[in-house]
Amino acid sequence: MLILHCPYCGTDADETELAPGGEAHLKRFGPGSQDADFEAYLFARENPMGVHFERWRHANGCGKWFHAARCTTTLEVFGTYSAQTLDPPQEIRDAITAKRPGWRWRDFA
Amino acid sequence: MSTRLASGGRHLDRSRSVDFSFNGKRLRGFQGDTLASALLANGQMLVGRSFKYHRPRGILASGAEEPNALVNMGKSGQFEPNQQATTQQLFDGLYATSQNHWPSLEFDIGVLNNYVSKFLPSGFYYKTFMAPRAAWKHVFEPIVRQSAGLGKAPKDRDDDFYEHFHVHTDVLIIGGGIAGLAAARQAAAAGAQVMLVEQTAHWGGRAVVDGAEIDGMPAADWVKNTVEDLENAENVHLRTRAMGAGVFDHGYALVYERLTDHAPEPGLPRHRLWRVRAKQIVTATGAIERPLSFAGNDLPGVMLAGAVRDYVANWAVSPGDRTVVVTNNDDAYRTALALKQAGLEVPAVIDARTHAQSPVIDAVREAGIRIEFGRAVAKVKGRARVEGVGLATQAGEGAVLEEISCDAVAMSGGWSPVVHLWSHCGGKLIWDEAQAHFRPDPDLPPLGADGAGFVRTAGSASGALSTADVLADADGQGRAAAMAAGHKKRKKAGPRAETEIAAPMEPVWIMPQGAGPNLRQKMWLDYQNDVKVSDVQLAAHEGYESVEHTKRYTTLGMATDQGKLCNINGLAVLSDALNAGIPQVGTTTFRPPYTPISFGAIAGEARAETFQPLRRTAMHDWHEKNGAYWEPVGHWRRPFCYQRDGESIEQAVLREVNNTRQSLGLLDASTLGKILVKGPDAGRFLDMMYTNMMSTLKPGRCRYGLMCSENGFLSDDGVVARIDDDTFLCHTTSGGADRIHAHMEEWLQTEWWDWKVWTVNLTEQYAQVAVVGPKAREVLELIGGMDVSAEALPFMTWKDGRIGDFNARVYRISFSGELSFEIAVDAHRGQAFWDALLEAGAEFGVMPYGTEALHIMRAEKGFIMIGDESDGTVIPQDLGLHWAISKKKADFLGKRAQERAHMTDPDRWQLVGLETLDGSVLPDGAYAVGEGENANGQRNVQGRVTSTYHSPTLGKGIAMGLVRHGPERMGEVLDFPGTDGQSNKARIVSPVFYDPEGEKQNV
Ligand SMILES: [Zn+2]
Repeated sequence: MLILHCPYCGTDADETELAPGGEAHLKRFGPGSQDADFEAYLFARENPMGVHFERWRHANGCGKWFHAARCTTTLEVFGTYSAQTLDPPQEIRDAITAKRPGWRWRDFA
Repeated sequence: MSTRLASGGRHLDRSRSVDFSFNGKRLRGFQGDTLASALLANGQMLVGRSFKYHRPRGILASGAEEPNALVNMGKSGQFEPNQQATTQQLFDGLYATSQNHWPSLEFDIGVLNNYVSKFLPSGFYYKTFMAPRAAWKHVFEPIVRQSAGLGKAPKDRDDDFYEHFHVHTDVLIIGGGIAGLAAARQAAAAGAQVMLVEQTAHWGGRAVVDGAEIDGMPAADWVKNTVEDLENAENVHLRTRAMGAGVFDHGYALVYERLTDHAPEPGLPRHRLWRVRAKQIVTATGAIERPLSFAGNDLPGVMLAGAVRDYVANWAVSPGDRTVVVTNNDDAYRTALALKQAGLEVPAVIDARTHAQSPVIDAVREAGIRIEFGRAVAKVKGRARVEGVGLATQAGEGAVLEEISCDAVAMSGGWSPVVHLWSHCGGKLIWDEAQAHFRPDPDLPPLGADGAGFVRTAGSASGALSTADVLADADGQGRAAAMAAGHKKRKKAGPRAETEIAAPMEPVWIMPQGAGPNLRQKMWLDYQNDVKVSDVQLAAHEGYESVEHTKRYTTLGMATDQGKLCNINGLAVLSDALNAGIPQVGTTTFRPPYTPISFGAIAGEARAETFQPLRRTAMHDWHEKNGAYWEPVGHWRRPFCYQRDGESIEQAVLREVNNTRQSLGLLDASTLGKILVKGPDAGRFLDMMYTNMMSTLKPGRCRYGLMCSENGFLSDDGVVARIDDDTFLCHTTSGGADRIHAHMEEWLQTEWWDWKVWTVNLTEQYAQVAVVGPKAREVLELIGGMDVSAEALPFMTWKDGRIGDFNARVYRISFSGELSFEIAVDAHRGQAFWDALLEAGAEFGVMPYGTEALHIMRAEKGFIMIGDESDGTVIPQDLGLHWAISKKKADFLGKRAQERAHMTDPDRWQLVGLETLDGSVLPDGAYAVGEGENANGQRNVQGRVTSTYHSPTLGKGIAMGLVRHGPERMGEVLDFPGTDGQSNKARIVSPVFYDPEGEKQNV
């Protein structure tokens, strides 16, 4: 059972307090978008072994959404950060690089 | 025959005798006995029948690894099957019965399986499933059902109760043998918070039985002193009868504490599940002795050598006057000595090694015990219990050189570390060639959130097998765990023991090594699931090369003991049959719990009323007192109808509908979700949330809205009221409030976080009553207060004001098609308001109505219901709700998805009304069949029923359904076959059955 640090209320939250929200940093495609883009936005998801970016909600806590950068194979957590961003912040990327040099995820590295 | 020795037994209190019952026999033991030791002391060697062949089985082990001695404990509300006699402590009045036998333990019909065992090979079930279906149903299944199964499921509600404890600690140490104690004292010395748990009632583990010396004193004294020190330390928490059940991600562990199994006491919880978060976990779980695979190794009287020692030393039980010891290692020689010291005979130690030399072997020789090197047990003699063994050469095929008569056999195939807890969360293993066992690989531990290992092993669990090695390892691991948890106070001197000289063990997987088929099919690997050496060899022969496949095919290690004894032996036989190395074949996955834990402990306090919180409206108690027949809606209970004396549910529903349509009805609508959406961007936000345009709604007005997911599918509906320029109140379905509030927050927080919008779920703040029917206005006017005339409060508007002496917000909305006011008052005044309406409504014959009347009236009007007409695959366009989908808005959730080709397909099934030709009610969910058959030979379908009722207003069955091209096919008759073989004919009609012009609601 994971523990993730909620960056809003500062709690180290047990997984039972959290609701998973799938992949982070999705770009929304709305009306007028191409079928392929919209399909990818709705259905295509990364499924990496290793570094991954996820959305979580502190559902049974402060209620806020946040992002987590984590390793899907070792369950190591590189950091959590505000959901109100388009890209992972530099300190999170640095933390990942320190542990997983040369990592790559979608367009981020 | 096993019996009680005249003296000794370190766990026994001989001054306190304990009466208990086994299979109806009244027996007597002592305080301190386990059920197993007490049965043996009473000569009860036979304790059960095996799973498949119903062979007689006796007690094999002395602890949690026991595969045979499973019993039914207790009666009725305390009945529990599959309890291990070896871990069940004896108490006065204990009631146990053996299981898996019929008609009696001594005479069992199922033993016939034993004689047809040739026809029950591994993969029997898989192979039999291939037979003609009729044979399975009429021949195999009845036989298998009668004879299969371990125990019977309890039928009565559990009388006992259970609890959960949550705890955080620096270091959790699992196992209270000398390793756990040594690790705990060092971790505690470093300043860490330590929790130390031991599954049995006693500290010290095997070392005490085996007579080890620590720091120059007997192990028992060292254990006593150390436990006292730990008990006095403020930073150490000790629990006995508490088993480490599982280790999970990020330092989470479950500890299963059996509080009163040893001494039942009403008013105390039976089990407690500790939910532990530890920075570091040390598993000091010891090792388990392996059986040897010789023919007849399952006969009652064949026991593990270590267990024999336990029974003699701990419980003063003699397994029999004459015990033959058979081994491939030095440790079993201790058993020979222990028996001899207890005054019992050891006719021979049969050692598979061709030669070995060590002090313990010398001691046995000096005690005058015959030692046979390079020898094997060819087979065990006896029918229901051991009568003797045939001696053969280990190198040969099993020709008997000599028969040695005996009452018991103590066997040892070497020791395997208990790696389960290490492995639960991903710790890796390495094969130790010298000890022929898998042990934890300290370089590949389970990893925590920081990427560093959080589990370490100590003592025998690490693979250390001598007292000196165990102590040195545990002392270091205790220190290391505390340091990893951030503590580094002064180190204590570690405990010391003399280095022991032992001869190397020699792996023996089959005894004798050249045994032919006749012997191999009498060599048991998995006692509980009746898997033999020959079964694993057959599986390999049939092509099952993966250990995971072989496990499932043969059921090796799949019983309640999860193969604690048979794992390595089975792997070795498989790898030999595959001609591959054991490490290449690998192990199966170890899964929690370590030994079975009770469902009660898992559920904890979450049972009956406390299973799930019940949400009650302000009028809940009134409903309860007035005949409410409850329906669960989310966490709420809503009255389905209010039954009067002598009335059926159907009659009550009809009465409620008729009364509402003809005069006046009241509905407790408090459960409807009420979400306040406020802020300068609230209108813009709701335009994205709803398919309708909400930003143009004028303050004081209401609008029915639809919500879709980004996939385009209909998700919720409800009436939105605009309170002022910045504020909207959004009603959701009763079950949907939390979900929709979360949905709004998700989009606000993660997509449009710069929009100035605030949402609050106000559902419980108001009690809401729908006042419905032709007399609805009159009753409000009678109570007096605000103007509720058609002019002052037209349809689809709302107003704040006073009704009687209540502050009220009145919505002119209708879900029934009647004149209707939905009135919200402060929740704490809900009951008073309800009473006022009942009192004033008395002259109109007011009646409350429930959800079924609500559903019927909405169906008569053709209004959809989320969850009936929608099911997660339906879009609003399917339901003819185009009018509620804005064409002006550039965007809303679901808009893009609804433009996808599949969503605009004209062949999508669409909403229609359905009217049976004979007035009967269509079966719910029935499908309309079409022409021809599909690829699976099933009839093609062209529609289905989504809602179906008897309409009291129209006096006939009405239904709604989704039908291909439905709206274009008005008047056509469809065929809906029922599951009863009957055909139901229904005509496609408009879904609006009642007052299509809306004259009744708009008055
Ligand atoms: Zn939080």
